Amino acid sequence: MPLIKNERFVTDTWRHLADDEGVPDATRLTFSYARWAEQREAFAALPAALGVRIPNDVSPMKLAPDLARLSLIVLSFPKFTDGRAYSQARLLRGRLGFTGELRAEGEVLRDQLLFMRRCGFETFAVGERALAENWLAAFREIDVFYQPAEDSELPVWRRRLAAARRDFTVV
Amino acid sequence: MYQYDTYDQRFIGERVAQYQDQVRRRLAGQLSEDEFRPLRLMNGLYLQLHAYMLRIAIPYGTLSSRQLRRLAYIARRWDRGFGHFTTRTNIQFHWIKLEETPDILASLAEVEMHSIQTSGNSFRNTTADPFAGVAVDEIEDPRPYCEIIRQWATLHPEFSFLPRKFKIALSGAPNDRAAIKIHDIGLYLRRNAEGEVGFEVLVGGGLGRTPILAQTIRPFIAKRDILSYLEAILRIYNQYGRRDNLFKARIKILVQSLGIDRMREEVEVEWAAMDHAALALPEEAIAEMARFFPAPDPTPAPADDEAFRAVLEAECGFARWVEQNVAPHKVPGHAIVTVSLKEPGVTPGDCTAEQMELVADLADRYGFGEIRLTHEQNLVLPQIRRIDLPVVWRSLKEARLATANVALASAIIACPGLDYCGLATARSIPVAQRLAIALAPREREIGDLQIKISGCINACGHHHVGHIGLLGVDKNGEEFYQITLGGSADENAALGTIVGPAVKSDEVVNSVDKIVDVYLKLRQEGEQLPETYRRVGNKPFKDVLYAAH
Amino acid sequence: MAETDVSHLVTGNRLRDGVPVYRTVDGGWSPAIDDARLVSAEASETLLAESQDGPPPLPVVAPYLIEARRVKGKVRPLTLRESIRAFGPTI
Repeated sequence: MPLIKNERFVTDTWRHLADDEGVPDATRLTFSYARWAEQREAFAALPAALGVRIPNDVSPMKLAPDLARLSLIVLSFPKFTDGRAYSQARLLRGRLGFTGELRAEGEVLRDQLLFMRRCGFETFAVGERALAENWLAAFREIDVFYQPAEDSELPVWRRRLAAARRDFTVV
Repeated sequence: MYQYDTYDQRFIGERVAQYQDQVRRRLAGQLSEDEFRPLRLMNGLYLQLHAYMLRIAIPYGTLSSRQLRRLAYIARRWDRGFGHFTTRTNIQFHWIKLEETPDILASLAEVEMHSIQTSGNSFRNTTADPFAGVAVDEIEDPRPYCEIIRQWATLHPEFSFLPRKFKIALSGAPNDRAAIKIHDIGLYLRRNAEGEVGFEVLVGGGLGRTPILAQTIRPFIAKRDILSYLEAILRIYNQYGRRDNLFKARIKILVQSLGIDRMREEVEVEWAAMDHAALALPEEAIAEMARFFPAPDPTPAPADDEAFRAVLEAECGFARWVEQNVAPHKVPGHAIVTVSLKEPGVTPGDCTAEQMELVADLADRYGFGEIRLTHEQNLVLPQIRRIDLPVVWRSLKEARLATANVALASAIIACPGLDYCGLATARSIPVAQRLAIALAPREREIGDLQIKISGCINACGHHHVGHIGLLGVDKNGEEFYQITLGGSADENAALGTIVGPAVKSDEVVNSVDKIVDVYLKLRQEGEQLPETYRRVGNKPFKDVLYAAH
Repeated sequence: MAETDVSHLVTGNRLRDGVPVYRTVDGGWSPAIDDARLVSAEASETLLAESQDGPPPLPVVAPYLIEARRVKGKVRPLTLRESIRAFGPTI
């Protein structure tokens, strides 16, 4: 399954374990949140890089104690119209300061990619359509932003203020 | 009014290009209807009974004459020569072709207009008092904040896929002309004990299947904190609003199920945890925005002169119009003119391209180039010198825009209903027409009477907050109308209560006549229908309406 | 089938302009309801399935079945809503 990262297509190097799967000898493993919650101490001791797949109705604050140990958090869009993961992403990035990889999976469609990136998502699990239809162009469609989010974009009103102050000082 | 700068122009150009590409992909079969529908809704494009319908945003109900002329052009070129002004101060065109919408949006962008977020599960048009900036009772002009909120809400990446739509309204005066209590968030500009102006924040209002009035979540918040506070409310809603049932997905349901106190706790906890620096509104930013909405020149205009008084005496039509459609302006010698789109027999809120151009011309010649919209589907010329009222009146009268019925019985508010709308269960326009014609002869005797008609449970006609409300329902293929009484959309907001079984379409006029008769008989000095209804109760009305049964 | 029996037809809105259209005998779509192909209840699901078939984009959005009668060559839908779609606003 292709992933989009940094506006390129890359392959997924993570093993995503089902709840009934034994733990293999892999370097990158994700667990479902339910399984992680039960066995976090045991898993934390594994030599692998770890990730958790969290449903969109679980508060991301529940992962706060684990963030240092996690390299990847996968958030879910069961339907693209269900926007709860946008808030989860922002809370993980902004409130909790998570610096690992934040991935969007589920019904991840072209016209939501920019919203997702702005909320702090770094990678996007997409289908073959993404390649055929060149979804990468979606990231460049809009470059004017009206509100702060989890990217480094300055909202328009801050740019205006900065410009006004510059003009004022050039007297 | 607000002027786009290079950022705004760039944004809207990019947005139009993005939409054009979405349409191309749809027409090429790359996007299914299920994928395209939310995208076209984010650009205000519905698929209705006869064609596509485009809902164009008129932010906080303020238009320039140039913009109004462009709407007239769009009406002629891409529609059937008219538009419909809505109860959320937007305009709708009902005969639109999908393949022409990219051109229409490009044309709108040229005059700093768009249809972004007039539908879909995100922020809708933020509306305001139509008399903002010129009202006598105003504490402060809400429009700079409307524009700040509009921008913050534009393509907000976290809140573009909410459980349901989100409507915000602002009032800068204690008299609520923006119906803020029926909004998801209502903001009142208030002065606190220290004399500082800030916002009272109300949350959880809405009509539809489950009408509820908004409650105060925060009695006062500083202007500086308004955006961060709004963001806190939205974040709670985005996470916890119901997504399992379309009819239980508005924030009003969340507030109802948590209770306002628990809702407040959740929001305050979230707000306290937020990084306020990012969203704090510095005074500079507010001052920058306020520059676009200057207070009117306080120089009084000439007092009513001989010519004015002569017309007032000679033409009782003019006198009635001044009495009914003209409101006091904060600057002496000026007036606020409501342009009635409610001549009995017309479709309420509809306006032809010619009428739009006429109003634009009047705005330019006599009205500082500005027009407003009201949630009662009328237009407003917010600043006219009183000595110009006679010439303005004559002009409006010729264009059938001067019916002296503002707030009277024949000025009915009605959604498009089953004649146009795919969601409707019954027609509303023909009922509005029959009622307006029937009541017009005695409407001055009746006094203020707000009749509101919705063609379905979604309540776009705001029937729950009409003095008399009518809801069209389908009973075995026949159109029936459920009557509610005692609703009100102002600062004494109230939800109407059902008076009895729904009546058949051909009994509506008769029923409303009887209700009016009872009201006239029982009312005490100065009472409008909601007060009389609260005092005497349902029974006198119910008895008369259902006497024969 | 007697002329006033209730039959079924397939309708939808044309993708490019939203105009209500009706599935015709030759497998096309017409904005005139009188051109609609009427079928029995038993055959209606098949007609609907055929109407939904084809390479994307379908020229019609979300086709669906409605009931109608053909009276003296004129097709009349049973519901007010479908009459308004077929013949325009009543005002």
